[in-house]
Amino acid sequence: MSLGPYAPFIVTSYALVAAVVLLLIVWIVADYRRQQARLRELEASGVTRRSGRSAGDVR
Amino acid sequence: MTLIDLANPTRFLTLTARILPWLVGATAILLAIGLYQSAMAPDDYQQGATVKIMFIHVPNAWLSMFVWSVMSVAALGTLVWRHPLADVAAKTAAPIGAAFTFLALVTGSLWGRPMWGTYWEWDARLTSVLILFLMYLGLMALWRAVEDPSRAARAAAVLTLVGAINIPIIKFSVDWWNTLHQPASVFRMGGSTLDKAFLWPLLVMALAFSLLFVTLHLAAMRNEILRRRVRSLQMMQASRIAFTNDVGTGSREPTAPNEIGAA
Repeated sequence: MSLGPYAPFIVTSYALVAAVVLLLIVWIVADYRRQQARLRELEASGVTRRSGRSAGDVR
Repeated sequence: MTLIDLANPTRFLTLTARILPWLVGATAILLAIGLYQSAMAPDDYQQGATVKIMFIHVPNAWLSMFVWSVMSVAALGTLVWRHPLADVAAKTAAPIGAAFTFLALVTGSLWGRPMWGTYWEWDARLTSVLILFLMYLGLMALWRAVEDPSRAARAAAVLTLVGAINIPIIKFSVDWWNTLHQPASVFRMGGSTLDKAFLWPLLVMALAFSLLFVTLHLAAMRNEILRRRVRSLQMMQASRIAFTNDVGTGSREPTAPNEIGAA
């Protein structure tokens, strides 16, 4: 596969899309872990929901 | 499970936990197929290999408008039906939509330099997409600026619906005005003008990016629901501390219940 004289434009485009998509994924996964950790902390301190279920419980 | 069941955040979380792994798998497979097809696509007789930029530029451009449309429906859900998840859906879609719009602008720019001889031109299509990007940033700033989530939700919903006027402007800008940007070549009256060698990779990539959006959006919505639960529990904890202090200083009026409902 030859990209010709405009290879830098093509490679930069794909690299940028990959970087931004990866950044979104990392941000969302890190946010999920952060919220779960905060919920565990709060529940460990004795704060509970009316339902009695764990706030992080999705089942 | 009906749509109305999803109004319950706990049921929504249950559903999300079940389908997210499948969505991640389907997105990865489709992206791999799309990228392979894009790599194998022949050079265009005019654009040469830069046609490969189209396979990522066009899906991002479509999604930049689609995400705002999703947010507009969610805004109606907030203002008219007061659906508990409508605001969550709108708020979490905004950063993802902003990212897609940013990528559409930059990849378009990187395609424009070799093809048009310029990175940027203040024509109707490019300018209206730039405005869309700024509106995404404005909405995200609004959600952060207003502390009360329900007030922020209503203000953001109104702004989203006002901003929706920009979507048809973007779509039809190439027909209404004389622009450097080419008119629609895929979804148009009379069928696509693209050769199948370019059309299939483009459609597969568009589907892959759409699935990527659905996956990221559901995951971000799950995070937002958990964030609101954290906020509720923190308020509950603060109220308990205040109540304990009041009892300690002799006040007889409780300031908060002992438990909270589901976020």
